[in-house]
Amino acid sequence: MASVPEGLRYTREHEWAKAEGDRVRVGITAYAQDQLGDVVFVELPAVGAAVRQMQGFGVVESVKAVSDLFAPIDGTVAEVNAALGSTPELVNQDPYGKGWIIVITPSDPAQLESLMTAGDYEAFIASGGH
Amino acid sequence: MSGAGRSYEKLVFELSAPGRIAFSLPEPDVPAADVSSLIPARYLRQAPPELPEVSEVDVVRHYSRLSQLNYGVDTHFYPLGSCTMKYNPKLNEDMARVPGFARVHPLAPAEVSQGALRLMYELSAYLAEIAGMDAVSLQPAAGAQGELAGVLMIRAYHLANGEKRTKVLIPDSAHGTNPASTAIAGFRVVQIKSERTGEVDLLDLDRNLDTDTAAFMITLPNTLGLFETRITEIVELCHAKGVQIYMDGANLNAILGITRPGDLGFDVCHFNLHKTFTTPHGGGGPGAGPVGVKSHLEPFLPVPVVTRTGKPARDERRRRDEAQESDESRAGQPRDESEHSATYSLDWKRPKSIGKLQAFWGNFGMLVRAYTYIRTMGPAGLRSVSDNAVLNANYIMKRLEAHYDLGAPGPCMHECVLSARRQKQRGVTAMDVAKRLLDLGFYAPSTYFPLIVDEALMIEPTETESKETLDAFCEAMIQIAREADASPEVPRSAPVLTPVRRLDQTLAARQPNLRWKPPASGLHP
Amino acid sequence: MRYISNTPAQQREMLAVIGAGSIEELLARVPAKARLSRPLELPAPLAEHDLIQHLRRLGAQNADADSHVCFLGAGAYDHLIPSPINHLISRGEFFTAYTPYQPEASQGTLRTIYEYQTMIAELVGMDVANASIYDGGSALAEAALMAHAVTGREEIVVSAGVNPLYQRVMRTYAEGPALRLTRVALAGGVTPLDAATPAVSGDTAALVIQSPNFYGCLEDVAETAAVAHAAGALLIVVTDPVNLGVLLPPGASGADIVVGEGQGLGVPMSFGGPNLGVFATRYDLVRRMPGRLAGATVDLEGRRGFVLTLQTREQHIRREKATSNICTNVALCALMATIYMATLGKQGLVRVGQLSAAKAHYAAGVLGEIPGVRLRFEAPFFKEFTLELPKAPERIVRRLLKDRILAGVPLGQFDRALRNCLLVAVTEKRSRAEIDTLAQALRRALA
Repeated sequence: MASVPEGLRYTREHEWAKAEGDRVRVGITAYAQDQLGDVVFVELPAVGAAVRQMQGFGVVESVKAVSDLFAPIDGTVAEVNAALGSTPELVNQDPYGKGWIIVITPSDPAQLESLMTAGDYEAFIASGGH
Repeated sequence: MSGAGRSYEKLVFELSAPGRIAFSLPEPDVPAADVSSLIPARYLRQAPPELPEVSEVDVVRHYSRLSQLNYGVDTHFYPLGSCTMKYNPKLNEDMARVPGFARVHPLAPAEVSQGALRLMYELSAYLAEIAGMDAVSLQPAAGAQGELAGVLMIRAYHLANGEKRTKVLIPDSAHGTNPASTAIAGFRVVQIKSERTGEVDLLDLDRNLDTDTAAFMITLPNTLGLFETRITEIVELCHAKGVQIYMDGANLNAILGITRPGDLGFDVCHFNLHKTFTTPHGGGGPGAGPVGVKSHLEPFLPVPVVTRTGKPARDERRRRDEAQESDESRAGQPRDESEHSATYSLDWKRPKSIGKLQAFWGNFGMLVRAYTYIRTMGPAGLRSVSDNAVLNANYIMKRLEAHYDLGAPGPCMHECVLSARRQKQRGVTAMDVAKRLLDLGFYAPSTYFPLIVDEALMIEPTETESKETLDAFCEAMIQIAREADASPEVPRSAPVLTPVRRLDQTLAARQPNLRWKPPASGLHP
Repeated sequence: MRYISNTPAQQREMLAVIGAGSIEELLARVPAKARLSRPLELPAPLAEHDLIQHLRRLGAQNADADSHVCFLGAGAYDHLIPSPINHLISRGEFFTAYTPYQPEASQGTLRTIYEYQTMIAELVGMDVANASIYDGGSALAEAALMAHAVTGREEIVVSAGVNPLYQRVMRTYAEGPALRLTRVALAGGVTPLDAATPAVSGDTAALVIQSPNFYGCLEDVAETAAVAHAAGALLIVVTDPVNLGVLLPPGASGADIVVGEGQGLGVPMSFGGPNLGVFATRYDLVRRMPGRLAGATVDLEGRRGFVLTLQTREQHIRREKATSNICTNVALCALMATIYMATLGKQGLVRVGQLSAAKAHYAAGVLGEIPGVRLRFEAPFFKEFTLELPKAPERIVRRLLKDRILAGVPLGQFDRALRNCLLVAVTEKRSRAEIDTLAQALRRALA
């Protein structure tokens, strides 16, 4: 398993969050996609929808499981990754890059600080990931 | 699977040749036969539907060849856990096809449907006796509908008592239909943990039981094949808080004539006629999921209820049975006078009923089969069903416990759960074991269920299998365990003898192809 | 006992291997107080021949469509069941198999489900059909739940022309999610658009009609679709697929979900069950659709094969968030329908529809000539129609039973306003002679 990228923040539900200027990009971690197996479908929210920290904003589906996607912070959906419609496997192939899921305009950017660092997240998944 | 040579690969559409027919219909014998003169054009198709054009020979050969691509209980040991894949008696099939059953319309007047209504009434009574319940509805079409009916009745019961309870507790070992049915009935599902032994964690149950809890749903024996030893305590804990307790009857095959949900204190249970009572599985149904209740839930039963009038209630069953027995033993002689006065009907005056699960009265064709089975077996026969089901499952468990981890310590009841944990260390998963079994001539057990056992293999042999078959199955499983050790690539590349091998589930889900399209498009009206 | 193979000697051998002295020892976990202390109080077993006699006697008490001429409809029909169907579905590999969890050993079942999905979707004019729901009523109930999930709205507007028994099933399923059911009364036997339009609003998840409706009348599906869609609601159409060789399918008129009863496609009437719930929808709604789906794929060696797919919607994975609780459906009935649709085929299904309609219109004509008898509604009908009678229909039905005729379904039990009406269905199996006999018998009964 590749190491967890530095500079990102992580949730207990295995989402990553990356600050990009005044926006935050969100996806799921390599650990999460490995647990899920081959991703077959991602249910995306509408652009402009409101999201709340640790509330569901979408769903990622594999052959054998379905997982809710939880927003790492409060805000509004600024962009969704439309490429996932035809190539959901990007989530497996490049979870931190081309497999990104949504971009949020945060209502309180400081919320990012409340999330786990890379080191915290590594320890979290080493201890079982629950 | 039979059929030598290359596997058969066609779809019926690929046999089509324009102008071929397989049907026989008469010429019109009424004057105005042209539909376009009878019905305005805007209601009519402009072109016929794109259905195949094949001959009867094509139809028979095609579907016969397709059947040969299947394993069934008639051809293979089929140990799917909790599905009770027991032998399906052929007499049941003959009786379901009696024209007086198969060719009867549900809305024929009751006075000329007495045989059908009487069969339903008697079957309800038999099931009530088997489960120790006070009343039974035969309407639900499958176990999941039985569950929905049960949970809706519990809901109605609490509402009638002026209580709006919002939660239902369900063990984490439960079959998926339990939480799904509960959610449809409008309840929040709270999962209760199981202990390492597979039994319900009583502390977790007690912690979650409160006056906002409508029901606790439990399968008995549970999905690890174990009888909850503390069931009496569980029932008491529930009833103390006014919580109704529901038994999922999927595993009833373990306890026929041994114990009864009603005697254990359950308020409601369902039956799976396509499991315990031999109605055939059909490749995925039809089944039937009757639901049994104690008297306090009886007013809420689905409507209509099959009733009997013209006889006093007391000792009714005994006198009827005696009348039936004397009836059968004096075949050909006039029937007992008491029989002539009985009238069966559908009672719609049920103001507290939860309503309907299906349009008509139940899967009557399956009810005929279950009735035939119960009348074939009798009380001692049904008891020996469970005795042998329990014996067979324990035999398999004992023969395999040296080679596979156990999901829970024995003895088990009618099914046992193994784990392929050990094999997984060599890269051989439960799925690989299942696929290898297909090559060795067996249908695989259930895999990855219950969720609380990793690499689970859930094996339910049923009572209809012989020791020879069980031995052959155990030898195959032992062989696979040895292969996992010495040559793991063999199970991992299985199956090799089936018509297809390791189908791409990911592709099927990413690019769903759910209907055939002709190679050249544009043929739709 | 012929269904149990193990002899007492074999039982002893097995107990020895297990290390138990008796089967009783294996039951030790069952609390002693809960043990049944007596045998079950059930009748003693009957030998095969005696049981056959008993069941035949029970069967003989029922008026079946072989011994009586059947003009009953209302959701179950005496259509022709071609002879190969029973032989093929009685093959043990079909009827004793279960759900295709191991696809490599179930390609027979999976391929027939794929064929079924294809032919049903084609017949009803929709993109995709599932592998079956239990019956027309539960299929409608599931459609209502799906419309609620898709739109987030809580009202279902239902035409009074929808089968009243289906409406009751829908009401039962609507309890949990607290859906509101709003009724639109019929006018002239069909759903009036000027009543449906104001009934539908931003709260409406779906508008539901049936065509032909319960009273036999054809509805204007396209115009009703426009009403539903203008309010952002889905249109659910209840239909009878065996009619769709001739009738324009609901999918061609803007339906979003099509449900119905497939019993007419080769499934025996069998006193009302098992049946065949048909369910089809648009491709973009497929992930919300309840029920099993078979899909085509390839195997390791590139060969075409079939699997259950999109299973994560279903109860065994999604549990309380599943699209439905359905597990066992009616696969063998769907197989009957598959073989029926292949056997009747493109030409045959057209002929069935044409014959049924022609004979029904002939029947309506000759019955309408009887003094005091008239067609209740002027709207166009297909194979079923509502007759108004000058005497109580229940009495007429009872009278005609003596002539071994099942004359029709009295409608008073469904709608008090129609208590002088009889619903008469005519399929391709009814000969002109049988229809003339019905007319003569009815004439006598009313004289």
